[in-house]
Amino acid sequence: MISTSIDQTLVKGHKNYGQITDELLANTEGRPPLWWLVGIALGGLMLAFGGWAMYTTVTVGLGTWGLTNSVAWGWDIVNFVWWIGIGHAGTAFTIFFLVFRQKWAGSINRSAEAMTVFAVMCAGLFPLIHMGRPWLAFFILPYPNTRLMWVNFNSPLFWDVLAISTYLIMSITLWYLGMVPDLATIRDRTKNKLRKTIYGIFSLGWDGSLYTYNRYETLLKLLGGLAAPLVISVHTIVSLNLAMSVLPGWHATILPPYFFVGAIFSGFAMVLTLMILMRKVFNISDFVTEKHFDNIAHVLKYGSLVIGLAYATELFVAWYSGVEYEIYTFFNARVTGSFSTAFWIMVVCNAIVPQVFWFKKARKSILSLFVVSVIINIGMWYERYVILISSLAEDFLPSSWTVYKPSIVDIGIYVGTFGLFTIGMLLFVRFIPVIAINEVKPLSRIGKENKKTEKHGE
Amino acid sequence: MMKNNYWKSIEEKEGKESMEEMQEQQDSSMMEILANESNNKASSRRDFLKWCGISFVSATVISACENPVKKAIPYLTQPEELTPGKGIWYASTYQNGNEYCPILVKNRDGRPIKIEGNYSSAITGGGTTARVQASILTLYDNGARYQQPRKNGQAIAWDEADREIMAQLKAFSAQGRKMALVTPTLLSPATKALISEAQEAFPGLEVVTWDPVSPEAIRKAHLESFGNAVFPEYRFDKAKLIVSFGADFLGSWISPAVHARQYAATRKISQDKPEMSRHIQFESRMSLTGANADERIPVKPSEQLNILMALYNAMARATGNTGIDGPNVDYDVNALARDILANRGQSLIVSDHQSTESQVLVNAINAMAGNYNHTLLTGNPLMTGMGDDTGLEQLVSQMEEGQYAAVMFCNSNPAYHFHNQEKIARAISNTELTISFASTRDETAETCTYILPDNHYLESWNDAMFKEGHYSLTQPAIHRLFDTRQMQDTLLTWMGHDNDFHSWLKEYWSTNLFGKQSRYPDRESFWMHSLQAGVFEHPVSPVVLPAIRTAAATEAIQKLRQHVAQNTGTEFLVYPHLSLYDGACANNPWLQELPDPVTSVVWDNFAAVSPAFAKANNLSDGDEIRVGNKITIPVLIQPGQADDCMSIALGYGRTQAGKAGDLVGSNAFPLIRMDGTTRLFDGQLGAWEKAGSRHRFARTQTHFSMEGRPIVRESTLDKYRKDPAAGNEIRAYHQKYALTLYPEDTFEGHHWVLMIDLNACTGCSTCVIACQSENNVPVVGKDEVRRRRIMHWMRIDRYYNGETDNPGVVFQPVMCMHCDHAPCESVCPVAATTHSVAGLNQIAYNRCVGTKYCINNCPYKVRRFNWFAYANNKAFDYHKNSEFGRMVLNPDVTVRERGVVEKCSFCVQRIQEGKLNAKNERRKVNDGEIIPACVQGCPAGALVFGDLNDKNSKAASLIEDSRNYHLLEEFHTLPSVGYLTKIRNPKV
Repeated sequence: MISTSIDQTLVKGHKNYGQITDELLANTEGRPPLWWLVGIALGGLMLAFGGWAMYTTVTVGLGTWGLTNSVAWGWDIVNFVWWIGIGHAGTAFTIFFLVFRQKWAGSINRSAEAMTVFAVMCAGLFPLIHMGRPWLAFFILPYPNTRLMWVNFNSPLFWDVLAISTYLIMSITLWYLGMVPDLATIRDRTKNKLRKTIYGIFSLGWDGSLYTYNRYETLLKLLGGLAAPLVISVHTIVSLNLAMSVLPGWHATILPPYFFVGAIFSGFAMVLTLMILMRKVFNISDFVTEKHFDNIAHVLKYGSLVIGLAYATELFVAWYSGVEYEIYTFFNARVTGSFSTAFWIMVVCNAIVPQVFWFKKARKSILSLFVVSVIINIGMWYERYVILISSLAEDFLPSSWTVYKPSIVDIGIYVGTFGLFTIGMLLFVRFIPVIAINEVKPLSRIGKENKKTEKHGE
Repeated sequence: MMKNNYWKSIEEKEGKESMEEMQEQQDSSMMEILANESNNKASSRRDFLKWCGISFVSATVISACENPVKKAIPYLTQPEELTPGKGIWYASTYQNGNEYCPILVKNRDGRPIKIEGNYSSAITGGGTTARVQASILTLYDNGARYQQPRKNGQAIAWDEADREIMAQLKAFSAQGRKMALVTPTLLSPATKALISEAQEAFPGLEVVTWDPVSPEAIRKAHLESFGNAVFPEYRFDKAKLIVSFGADFLGSWISPAVHARQYAATRKISQDKPEMSRHIQFESRMSLTGANADERIPVKPSEQLNILMALYNAMARATGNTGIDGPNVDYDVNALARDILANRGQSLIVSDHQSTESQVLVNAINAMAGNYNHTLLTGNPLMTGMGDDTGLEQLVSQMEEGQYAAVMFCNSNPAYHFHNQEKIARAISNTELTISFASTRDETAETCTYILPDNHYLESWNDAMFKEGHYSLTQPAIHRLFDTRQMQDTLLTWMGHDNDFHSWLKEYWSTNLFGKQSRYPDRESFWMHSLQAGVFEHPVSPVVLPAIRTAAATEAIQKLRQHVAQNTGTEFLVYPHLSLYDGACANNPWLQELPDPVTSVVWDNFAAVSPAFAKANNLSDGDEIRVGNKITIPVLIQPGQADDCMSIALGYGRTQAGKAGDLVGSNAFPLIRMDGTTRLFDGQLGAWEKAGSRHRFARTQTHFSMEGRPIVRESTLDKYRKDPAAGNEIRAYHQKYALTLYPEDTFEGHHWVLMIDLNACTGCSTCVIACQSENNVPVVGKDEVRRRRIMHWMRIDRYYNGETDNPGVVFQPVMCMHCDHAPCESVCPVAATTHSVAGLNQIAYNRCVGTKYCINNCPYKVRRFNWFAYANNKAFDYHKNSEFGRMVLNPDVTVRERGVVEKCSFCVQRIQEGKLNAKNERRKVNDGEIIPACVQGCPAGALVFGDLNDKNSKAASLIEDSRNYHLLEEFHTLPSVGYLTKIRNPKV
């Protein structure tokens, strides 16, 4: 087995397998704690607000949003891209773990994948609801019909549909298959007949034999290999929605890599936020250690550099192109004009603030990690806002330039997706072990094999 | 099952079993299935399928119950000339006070749906104005139209009302008491004859002619100058130098459709005719006409008069007449006088000032410039401007004193239009019998005892003579929709005539006009042909003006000096609005939502102030100000507005217009004051203050600079003469370097293109309403426009350049460019928008799911999204929310559903119709045969539509012109719309 230098102590304490199982299953057993119920209630409230907003959208019309004749995509697509970006981390972690054999990712990938699944669900809601006639959304699928109507394979939106649905299916599959042995563990431990049946069904008759393990590992590796290109494809295709257009600020070849890095960046930040929260409420600090956070912080630091480079490149290319529309969009609209506030928030949050992770102190402090991770996700939201809205609001003909402001319904749908995400994550932590027990158990031995690093860790 | 049904139907036929029994049996067979279900211990797959079948059938039945009720009733006996699906055109005439336009009315399935200009008219040549185009909507305005006669607000039968009124009128006549009929200028000779007959029938009946916006000063000035109260015909097309003092002749002055046509004739240039007129505009507000001028001098109203006097002086001196001690003005009038004299007989000086004196000066200048009988024709004088301000003033004073027993208002609304509203209200209440013939709700009618609603003009018979010897007819295009009666018929009834106005009119034409022609031998064919053509012209003996009375000018100057001396400090100017004019059509949502081409404001009027004035007085856009107790109105900072002067549009602030027009904007009529014999539309503003409140305008355009982009390409005549591609140099560059990897598209058959001559386009926006009318474009209301969601398929973009105190202004009509490489088409995931073989960019509404990607990717932003359901929606309570209002919809154009994208189609329904007509006649489509609505409506002929593949077509030749360019052509979208550069003719 390849062991990289950052595969240091990943599980603290000298735990035997029984202890690990006990500790990691604690959240799924017993009565739900108060904070969980409060969380569900809060999520429900947010979801209700979102539900109202979506109901209004579907029954009254898209006019309830803040869109205009020129800005036909607003918060909907900003939020869509933002959620998709967040949803990137889960699969990325899995790939790190399975393909690049980054063992440290093992204890995080379960939660990261759960986050991916719910984030992609939240994201998928937007393209659906942003349609004028969502009840005809199936027109976008290439199904045989008597009218001999076929979809337009030239349209990036169609690629988007394929990319997102493939990604969602793949991430659900990976997530689910990854938890099968743990579900079997719960099945075996529980005394409740109902729980036993349900977990029994979902553990697909897992028997824990060597044969099963062998096949299981093979399957996961294969799937991991298959999923790897998806991590790249999904966000690059989302970026193609913009890059394939003619608008200044959208029509740029840098967008696919830029969006990909941005997605990894925001996804990792979101994982960091969530893991810090989970570590706070669950007794898992032995499994998700400072070392993990340190690794994530390094990734964020380099991600931030790449993002900053992308910003600078965009500006340079706009200037170098000599195209007056591009120059206006970047230098007049974004850097100094109507969108300068959002632009500078974006630059500061994404390209400057994460640079604090050059300092070990910042990487070690849970508070600074948490604050920076939240700042990054705010910054990444603004990035999408700047790219999307500024290009639409001030494009070619100044006669059509408009000001865009979201309406209460726009806000409602966004809040609603937070509700969906919160409830999804809470259900996940309640019924499924947040850390893959079967993957952590082998990891718990890595530190023991390497005494030196263990000392260093302690 | 089939077998059972078969026997049952036979039995039922024999009468053995009733339908109910049959139904019962069917039901019981269904029940059997259910019963079997319960008898069986375990359910089988068969039962499952049965259940599925039952649910499916019930679902189908239930959903079938909600089929919409359709109210199409076929003809019992099909009229011979009527083919369902084909339009019938009737020639008619739009007339409303001074406004006149011969039109063609398109009828589909018995209802008028579209108004277009009548090409047979020598006056308008097929041109229209936005108001003419929109007047069709008022026909169906069931909310504002009076639907039956009323007395004190209660419905009353016609004969009962007639009886009561006739008795009273006779009694008043017998008592020798005074009665009055208030009308605007009547262009109809037959109606005028009828009214004089009525005056004989009812002794004591006076006729007071009064126009809210009246050019009567021109008529009065001719009486002063020449001793003959003629109203000359202006011929802008013959003028090489046009000098206008405030006259917005392309927007609202006298007859914009006519002037636009004439003006465009002098502005269209080509390499064969590299000549155009020079247009100098002195004005206080930024008017549409001023925006088109080659030289524009913003000065406040009193300064305009000073310049006019100085110009008179300079002209007088230059022609060897006695000058006056002219006022010193900040403009080189001597140079202007020299220019005018250099163009002897080829210049035209006009002014819209309401004072007779200023018009006397204008006459004198025109006479000195030798313009009479060249650019000012009095041979066939106009019949417009017949109003008399003093007449109404006297009437109102005497009514107030109770001297009038009865007053009738015909198409006249002084309760709104009169400057002293308390006085007019008292006058009406002090009159014993008040009658209004208003066809739609107005302030006057609401205070009258009787409302005897007139027909809409599309339901009426009438004739009109706008110009001596040029007649046209109005004929009904639909049976009257409500229990209304034409005013003329009402008068005939009261006079005891048996026949109606139709026969009266016919009789009038046989007696008076049949003899003036020799083409048609009998009266009937003369009548039928006149009716069919809509117009009839006969030569008249020209009016010969005597020599000008020079003393008139000297007298006028005395008075004008006094007038100018009175106006110190901030001045105001009120003006008829481009689309609403005097406000009579304020309840027309199309007109309310027509963006003012200069300010792009809809659904509002405002006090326009100059940027410097705003700065000095700490005003910003939307700050409301109060002028005395007369008006409270928001301020709009208008580049090019004369300093120290506010201008306010008339026609707003109606209180009894209907749901669309009520309380929109503020009424500026109270600012008008009577000065001697005429009402003045300008003067000293007096005390004003900030009201403290703020108002948010609904504007369709908020960014006014082109940001240096080559969007509207402009040059000057001088440069054009040297290089026809002047201002358009960048096109050669783009053509040279435009590269594509793909083979160029070829279009066999047709390839439709639209050419727009920016030099001929005045920005009048008639095309916008023509398009709205043709294509069922919804009205969205003020709030939605504030959210920048106007639905118009075409818009007039306006950009400023230069200094804010007097910027250059350019207009550019923008509609779908029908790009051959359309960015919108490639991004639609469902292929709802595609390219036709004839180069049209088309949308299948049924296929559109509304991702709006095409809207984003359209560089021209011409695509519109149905944000809401605009039809049958209480939130959009305009014509599409009313059964009557929906009758105006064009059945050839789909009413778009919520959630789909729409845009200009080049009027594809007309293209199809034209192609089919040609096909049926086994010929090719002729050039100019297919005309989209915007092209048809344009009074200036600035738009040319045609087939690029027809090398002889006008459009194909224009696209080769060196002035032609395409919008954003650097992106190689290959638009099918081309623009010809704007050329100005400034003084070198």
